[in-house]
Amino acid sequence: MRPFTYLSAPDVTTALRAIATEPGARLLAGGTNLVDLMRQDVERPTTVVDISTLPLDEVQELPAGGLRIGALVRNSRLAAHPAVRSRYPVLSQAVLSGASGQLRNMATVGGNLLQRTRCPYFADGTAACNKRDPGSGCAAIGGFHRGSAVLGTSEHCIATHPSDMAVALVALDAVVEVQSLRGTRRIPLAELHVLPGDTPDVETALDPDELVTAVELPALPVAASSRYRKVRDRASFAFALVSVAAAMEVADGTVTAARLALGGVAARPWRAHLAERALVGAPATEEDFRRAATAELATAVGRPQNAFKIELARRTVVATLHQLTTEGGAA
Amino acid sequence: MTRAPERSRPAPPTPSPAQAVGRPLDRVDGPAKTAGLARYTADHHVPDLAHAALVHATVARGRITGLDTADAEAVGGVLAVLTHHNAPRMTPPAPVSALDLSTLAPGTTVDYLNTDRVHWNGQPVAVVVADSPDTARQAARLVRVTYEVEPAVTDFAAAQDDAVPLRGTLLVLGEERTGDAERALATAPVVVDHRYTTPAQSHHAMEPHATVAVWNGDRLTVHEGSQDVDWARRHLARRFGVPLAGVRVLSPHVGGGFGGKAPVWAGTVLTVLAARATGRAVRMVLSREDVIRTVGGRTPTVQRVALGAQRDGTLTALLHTGVSQVGRVGGTPEPVGSQSRHLYAAPHIWIRHSTTTLDVLPTAHMRAPGEAVGTFALESAVDELAVALGMDPVELRMRNEPDRDPLDGKRFSRRDLRAAYARGAERFGWAERTPSPRSMRDGHWLVGRGVATAFHLPVRLPADVTVRLRADGTVLVRCAFHEIGVGAATAQTQVAADALGVPVEAVTVEHGDTELPVGPQAGGSGQTASVATALLEACEELKRSVLALARRSPSSPLRGRRLSELRAGRGGLYRADAPDRGETYGVILTRAGRAEIEVRTAAGTRLGRTLQQARAAAGWFRDRRRWVRAVTGAHFCEVRVDEHTGEVRVSRWLGVFDVGRVVNPKTATSQLRGGIVMGIGAALSEETLVDPRTGRTVNPGLAEYHVPVQADLPRIEVDYLDEPDPTTPLGLLGVGEVGITGVAAAVANAVHHATGVRVRDLPVTLDRLL
Repeated sequence: MRPFTYLSAPDVTTALRAIATEPGARLLAGGTNLVDLMRQDVERPTTVVDISTLPLDEVQELPAGGLRIGALVRNSRLAAHPAVRSRYPVLSQAVLSGASGQLRNMATVGGNLLQRTRCPYFADGTAACNKRDPGSGCAAIGGFHRGSAVLGTSEHCIATHPSDMAVALVALDAVVEVQSLRGTRRIPLAELHVLPGDTPDVETALDPDELVTAVELPALPVAASSRYRKVRDRASFAFALVSVAAAMEVADGTVTAARLALGGVAARPWRAHLAERALVGAPATEEDFRRAATAELATAVGRPQNAFKIELARRTVVATLHQLTTEGGAA
Repeated sequence: MTRAPERSRPAPPTPSPAQAVGRPLDRVDGPAKTAGLARYTADHHVPDLAHAALVHATVARGRITGLDTADAEAVGGVLAVLTHHNAPRMTPPAPVSALDLSTLAPGTTVDYLNTDRVHWNGQPVAVVVADSPDTARQAARLVRVTYEVEPAVTDFAAAQDDAVPLRGTLLVLGEERTGDAERALATAPVVVDHRYTTPAQSHHAMEPHATVAVWNGDRLTVHEGSQDVDWARRHLARRFGVPLAGVRVLSPHVGGGFGGKAPVWAGTVLTVLAARATGRAVRMVLSREDVIRTVGGRTPTVQRVALGAQRDGTLTALLHTGVSQVGRVGGTPEPVGSQSRHLYAAPHIWIRHSTTTLDVLPTAHMRAPGEAVGTFALESAVDELAVALGMDPVELRMRNEPDRDPLDGKRFSRRDLRAAYARGAERFGWAERTPSPRSMRDGHWLVGRGVATAFHLPVRLPADVTVRLRADGTVLVRCAFHEIGVGAATAQTQVAADALGVPVEAVTVEHGDTELPVGPQAGGSGQTASVATALLEACEELKRSVLALARRSPSSPLRGRRLSELRAGRGGLYRADAPDRGETYGVILTRAGRAEIEVRTAAGTRLGRTLQQARAAAGWFRDRRRWVRAVTGAHFCEVRVDEHTGEVRVSRWLGVFDVGRVVNPKTATSQLRGGIVMGIGAALSEETLVDPRTGRTVNPGLAEYHVPVQADLPRIEVDYLDEPDPTTPLGLLGVGEVGITGVAAAVANAVHHATGVRVRDLPVTLDRLL
């Protein structure tokens, strides 16, 4: 790894000042992704701003009934939090399905949101990658792309966002609070990550001087009946081929509320609005679930190695929703 | 010899408590390893140590046209950047000769850093030496290399058509046939004929390859995680032009080998080179990526298996052909048809191997080369035939179990696969399986059960051993064999304890050091039996020497006795006909005024070793003409497949093995279980992804190269027949590799039973089941 200046930020303002003034600065929280990428020479920060001791590690009740989750809350703590487990079980399950116990003990909420793609060509400095080296091309197209995206891709990039947690958060209408020296603003999580288009190197709606300080969850009664289902190549410690975060209420056989998001299929945690619209008001049957999933996946584009993800996503949505209707949201 | 399963067999003799062989003793190296006291290569600190890091080529084939090392050299703490411009000259590797197996030592023929040629994407083209590992790695990133790129063959799938049939040699399995398999196939009432593929796999031993090299004038000391310290020593002496006697290689503890640490790879040679060039002691610990780019792994294969049978299941024809890959600069063909020569009593058999040559990292041996992937094709095909015939797959196998070797009628030294299947079927509850695919389920899980046969041919290698007996009753066994994690030293402790009649606590075994008598490679499932053979000889010789001392004394109760009339036990020699008449070794040695007595097998001279090798080789060939000495086993597996997503989970496993006498059931079980785990990885997830456009491996780490995690594994039960082989000392054969063989087929067969989908391409990933 290349030499860098290390700055331990004693307070938020110091951290904000550092990233506002130094273009090569990177924020270090849990370090589970940044340090790997520095070792691989993909990330080359000139300054590493350590924010891990900032007081952003609380989970607080919001007056309106939601939760405010500090950006530095460790993944393990988030998953184990009683309010998360009881009111947003999909979130707890999603976090626990990711990484390993050791990594979750280190990784933070903010870092999880901002982790980079695991596309192997992104990590290999010798390969073409428009995300790492704009204009160089995309080695995954025409190369190994079994894990790549099928929704929202472009001819410049087919990388996925690897987070499980973010898939649950986007289904739960989470909002991200960000700060800079210019002030504080709130971004719906669904708008935090941007699709590649012709600038795959631009991955989020954040400005370079902004710091994620918290994630807020609204009160969401439907979330009490929710599940996360992750499909992957081995039973643990692997990224999702496809994942589904789902919350649903059914009354008299009819879906009255639904939240649905997909992971492993796009450069962002994919909120399935089209499927939700198809579900609400329709009968809670497998046939209707399939119809809803198909509506969401209508624009999906498969390539030779990853076309299976479209059918896999459809099946996983149906199976997860079916399980919600028969077994409820318990893990 | 084969026997009917219903015929009752005497239970294997239960070892008496006094006997160490056969007991599940704790490993002698256990306390040191659990306390973190066992020193592996990377743990060796020597004064003034420098650290090295590799720079890998980024093109598959070509010539280096420019090397810009200025930025790397400017990094503080960098001692040297070695390239083909400034590296000391080495002697190229020796050509391979069957007369000197150590010529097989180099993993490639490349003259690293003595050439501007690039032969694969990943070949080391520079080495940075610095005062810390981090500095060396950082500077290695700054070395800029330009190439004149030449056309390269890097796509195995496309290169299969250019495969060339192999001619059989002493070291390579070529073509073998009996009868006319193609004609028999054409007339067989029932035929299955399919193509199977297996992917490239990489070595991912727990301990990455590491080397510490220290020069003292022309004397070289190397700490190295090695499966063959003698090969390493000979190869390094040649490459660096120094006397063999001046090179010492130490490898007391090795964190897994699986074949990947038998050859000498670039990292070893270049660490020694870096130490030579800088005058410093140098350590290089390869990163996972370094291992994947410089240590050869298992070739991808494409195989055809065709079986012809009568309607009653009697096999009439067996055809097994396979294509494997080698590199332009080295590599070992994968003898995928190995087991197909011996497993089924077909009158017409045709085995053929071909290789295709690519501009990639040379392939190398990985646990059960040949059988590990060959059994996937053969044992899948046998299952397919059972389905086609509507027969139970165990019954089909038993119907075709041969009494003699199907190719040439030789006897099996021992073989009781019928008993293994009978015991396995009963323990596993095979009879409860309903034959139709998709006929068993548990909620949304489709349940399937499959079987497959395990098969391996353990090798036998020469070994030099010394045994020293001291007047205090303790024993020191010395032999440069290798402890790669299997319990090798524990096994020899048990063998020596029984042979000399001393408690295991009295025995110390030294290993993994070229200063010791030359031992065998940890490979071919042959190390334990090879060392034990020599050790038993040495112990006999030792007892003769002790008896000779005793007989000189008029007062000895052993006076006038011959060794054949005595039994070793209770720390001495006692009369078989009067067990209270005898003496301890201590009494005999003390009376003779001897502090200790030592014997060694084989002469320590070069001539002695050559003679011993010739004798061992002659014995091996004689044995090979007389009988087939193989180990076998029956795998029983249950899988669960999610009916929606195709996720496969292995839920039960039982392997019953016929491996001859088991020295230590605890460590042998671990080894067999480890083989099954590795086989489950090969079945479900392992695959080295080589980009056909560049020849570059795109998953050079454990994050993307998926080995099984604990959650992927069921409880794995291992059982043995535990009957001695009648043709070997102590009845030992070998357990290191047979565990992995057959595993992938058992999984794929169970997946077929669960889902009705036949997967003929490994790994069995869920997308193949949707």
